[in-house]
Amino acid sequence: MIATRPAPGPVEEPSARTGDRQFRVLLATMAAAVPVVIGAILVALISAAWPAIHRFGAHFFVTSTWDPVAGTFGVLPFIYGTLVSSALALLLAIPLGLGVAIFLSELTPGWLRTPVGFFVELLAAIPSVVIGLWGIFVLVPWVRTTLEPVLKSALGFLPLFSGPPLGIGMLAAGLILSVMVVPFIVAVSTEVMRAVPSGQREAARALGATGWETTRTAVLPYARSGIIGAIFLALARALGETMAVTMVIGNVPQIKASLFAPAYTIPAVIANEFTEATDDLYVAALIYAGLVLFIVTVAVNALARLLVNRAARGPSVIRE
Amino acid sequence: MAVITCGCTLLVLAPLFFVLVFLVGTGWSALNWDFFTRLPGAAGETGGGMTNAIAGTLLLISLAGVVGIPIGVLGGTFLAEYPAARLSQVTRFAADVMNGIPSIVMGLFAYVLIVLPMRHFSALAGGVALGVMLIPTVMRTTEEIVRLVPHSVREASLALGIPQWKTTLRVVIPTAAAGIVTGIMVGLARIAGETAPLLFTAFGNRFWNWNVLRPTAALPLQIFAYAISPFDDWHRQAWAGALTLVSIVLMVNIVARYAASRQVKSR
Amino acid sequence: MMERPVVERRAAALIDHTTAIQAENVHAWFDRLHALRGITMTIPERKVTAVIGPSGCGKSTFLRCLNRMHELVPGARVSGAVLMDGRDIYTPGVDPVQVRRRVGMVFQKPNPFPTMTIYENVAAGLTLAGEGSRKTLDEIVEQSLRAAALWDEVKDRLRKPGTSLSGGQQQRLCIARALAVSPEVLLMDEPASALDPASTLRIEELARDLAKDITIVIVTHNMQQAARVSDFTAFLLDGELVEYGPTNDLFTKPRERRTEDYITGRFG
Repeated sequence: MIATRPAPGPVEEPSARTGDRQFRVLLATMAAAVPVVIGAILVALISAAWPAIHRFGAHFFVTSTWDPVAGTFGVLPFIYGTLVSSALALLLAIPLGLGVAIFLSELTPGWLRTPVGFFVELLAAIPSVVIGLWGIFVLVPWVRTTLEPVLKSALGFLPLFSGPPLGIGMLAAGLILSVMVVPFIVAVSTEVMRAVPSGQREAARALGATGWETTRTAVLPYARSGIIGAIFLALARALGETMAVTMVIGNVPQIKASLFAPAYTIPAVIANEFTEATDDLYVAALIYAGLVLFIVTVAVNALARLLVNRAARGPSVIRE
Repeated sequence: MAVITCGCTLLVLAPLFFVLVFLVGTGWSALNWDFFTRLPGAAGETGGGMTNAIAGTLLLISLAGVVGIPIGVLGGTFLAEYPAARLSQVTRFAADVMNGIPSIVMGLFAYVLIVLPMRHFSALAGGVALGVMLIPTVMRTTEEIVRLVPHSVREASLALGIPQWKTTLRVVIPTAAAGIVTGIMVGLARIAGETAPLLFTAFGNRFWNWNVLRPTAALPLQIFAYAISPFDDWHRQAWAGALTLVSIVLMVNIVARYAASRQVKSR
Repeated sequence: MMERPVVERRAAALIDHTTAIQAENVHAWFDRLHALRGITMTIPERKVTAVIGPSGCGKSTFLRCLNRMHELVPGARVSGAVLMDGRDIYTPGVDPVQVRRRVGMVFQKPNPFPTMTIYENVAAGLTLAGEGSRKTLDEIVEQSLRAAALWDEVKDRLRKPGTSLSGGQQQRLCIARALAVSPEVLLMDEPASALDPASTLRIEELARDLAKDITIVIVTHNMQQAARVSDFTAFLLDGELVEYGPTNDLFTKPRERRTEDYITGRFG
C-alpha cells in the first residue's frame, strides 16, 4: 500500500540548506544584539556626555563642587557617597549572606532548602521603589529614633557616629542597600558551595573535622573564587541601585565623616536632576556621571562573572 | 554554626517579612474601587486613583516585550543550538554582564537613543529601556530550556527529512515553549517594577495615554512620585500602588516557579 | 576449501535481488575514534537486513551513515560511498534532507514529538515540510497508522498527545510517522530494545510486513531477533564487517570463527 502511493517526487528544495544558513544568520544576529547593545550604550553615552568630558576631563572626578547655576560640575561627593554606601552595604551583607549560604548548602535539611531559597529570591524580586517606600516610612524613622541614638551613646566618640540622628543619610542607605544585595550573595555563594564535590567534605570529615571545620577547611577555600565573584556581583548592584537609595540617603552632595549625615550617589543625582537639567552642559555632566557608573559596573560585573564561572566549573583537575 | 547561620537566615528574611507586613497592613486599607478606576487627583486633594498608571505599565510592558522577546528567544536559541560558537561564548558572557548594568544607565541609553532625537519623552523610549533590560533574562532562560529539549526529539525531526532550521523553529522551540513562556513571565515581572529607567523616558503622565509617542504614566513612577510627596493621602495611595505592584510581581513569580517545577516533574 | 560452495551460494543469494543501498568502503569517525573501518555491503530491496554485533561494534553508526545522520554529531566524519540508484548520497550537492526523506529512521527509544497529538505526529513529516492538503493528510495518516498496525488502537483518540500512548504504541507511532513520508528504506536502530516482549513481537511482525513494500535495515544486539525477523544478516565487530549472508546460513553455518564465537555466546 505504501508503494502504491506516488512518492513525493524530487521536490527540489534548494531552500533546505539556504534556509539553514539564513536561519542561522537570523539567530546569530539576535544573539549578537547583546554585545552590540553594550557597545552602543558606551558610544551613546560618550557622545551625549562629550561636552562635559571635553570641558571637565579628569577634573570631573576630583572636583567636589556641583553647581548647575555656575556651570561647575564635579562628581567627587557622588563618587564618595556611592562608594561608602556600597561598602557599608557589603560590610553587612557579606557575613549575613555567607551565613545564609552556608546554612542553605551545608546544614539545611532538604525540605527547608527550597522554601528558604524561594523567600530569598522573593526578596530580590521586590521592586526597588517598594523597598524605598518601606525605607522612607518604616526604616528611616526606626534609624532616627532607635538605631542612631543607640550607636551614638555607645560609639559617639567616633566621628563615624557623630552628629544629629536624622534618620535619612548614609547609614539608612547602607542598610537598605544591604537588604537589596544580600540575595545576590546568597544565591551565587550557595550555588558555588554546592558545586564543591562531596568528596572534599568527606575527606575533611574522615580526618575528624567538625561541621564548622569542614566548612572552613574543605568548602570555603574551594568555593573562594566563586564567593568573591558573588561579592563583586553584589557590589555592582549596590553601585547602580537607584530608587531605594534616592529615597533614603538625603540627597546632599557633601563629604562628611559621619554616617548619620545625608549624602548623595551617582545614580541618585541622575534620577533626581535629569529631568530638571535645563542647559546642555548640565545634561552632559549627568550623562558623564552615568558613563562612569556604566564603565565601573561593567568592569565589576565582568570580573565577577569570570570568577563565578571558574568556580561553577570547578578546578580543571576534577573535570578531566 | 547551625545557630549562627540560622540566625543570619532569619535576619536576612526579616526585611522581607516586614516589607510584606507593612505593604499589606498599610496598602490594603488604602485600596478601593477608586484606586483602580480613577485618574490621579490634583496635588493635595484627597481621592483619585492610579488607573492610568496601571494601564501605562501594561503599555510599557507590552512595548518591552515586543523589543525584548524576539531578540531574547531567538538569541537564546542560538546559544543553545550552537553552544561552542565563538559568538555564543561572547554573548553568554555579555548577557551576564548586561544583567548587571544599572537600570538607570538603561534609562540614559534610551534617552540618548530616542528622547533626544524625538525631542520629547515617550512611552516608546520607556518601553525600549525596559525591553533592552528584558533581553538578557529571556535569552539565558531560553538557552537553558532549549538545551533541555532531548536530543532524540531533534533527531526524530531531522530523520524525517525536516531541514535543521525548521526542526529548530517548528519542533524544538515549541517543545521548549512552556519553559520559555515561564522565563518571559519572570522577566516581565522583574521589569514591571523598574522605576529608574522610566524617569526620563516614559516620564509619567497624569492623564490617560495610549499613544506610544507621548509620555505615559507607570505604576512604579506614580509610587515614587507619591512616596516623596508631602501629602498623607498620596502616601496611602503609594502604599496601595506598592501592594498592587508587589502582588502582581510575586504572583507571577510563584506561578512561574510552580509551573517550572511541574515541567521538571513531567519530564 | 570445504567452505567454497557455501560462499558462492551466499553471493548468489544476494545477486538475485535488486540493490536498495550499496555501501562501499564506508569509514566513520567520531573525532579521532575510528568507528567504522571500511564497510562494503549490498542491501537488497524489499528485504529485512539485520546488522548484529556486540555493543560498540559500530552497527548503529553504520546505520546512521545510510541516511547521513552520522554527520550531525559534532566532530563526526564519513568517507567512502553509499550508493542509492547508483548515485552516491555523499556526493557534494546532494541535500542530506532529501536523503533522509528517502531513508527513514526509527530509534532505539520511542521519540514522538512531545507537544504534538497522535495525528500531528504522524503528519509531522509532511506538515513541517509544508506538504499535503487536509484531505490527503487524513488519508496518509490513516494509511500510515494502518501500516504500522496502530490504527485500530488509536483511531478514536487521534487528538490525544502522542506521549499518552504506551511504549510499544509510541514506537509504532514513530514507525507510522516515518512511513508517512513514503521512504524507500526504513532504518530501525534497536527498535524494540526499550520494549516489553509482547510489544517486541509486534514490532518484529511489523518489520516483516513492511518488507513487502519497502527495504528494512534493522540493527539489533539480540540474535534471536535477527534470526526471527531478517532475510540477511551482517555481523560487525570492531567497526569491520566480519560476515554477511542469508540469515539462515549465517546462524547455522557461520564461515568465520569470530561469527561462530559471537552467535554461540562466547563473547559480546
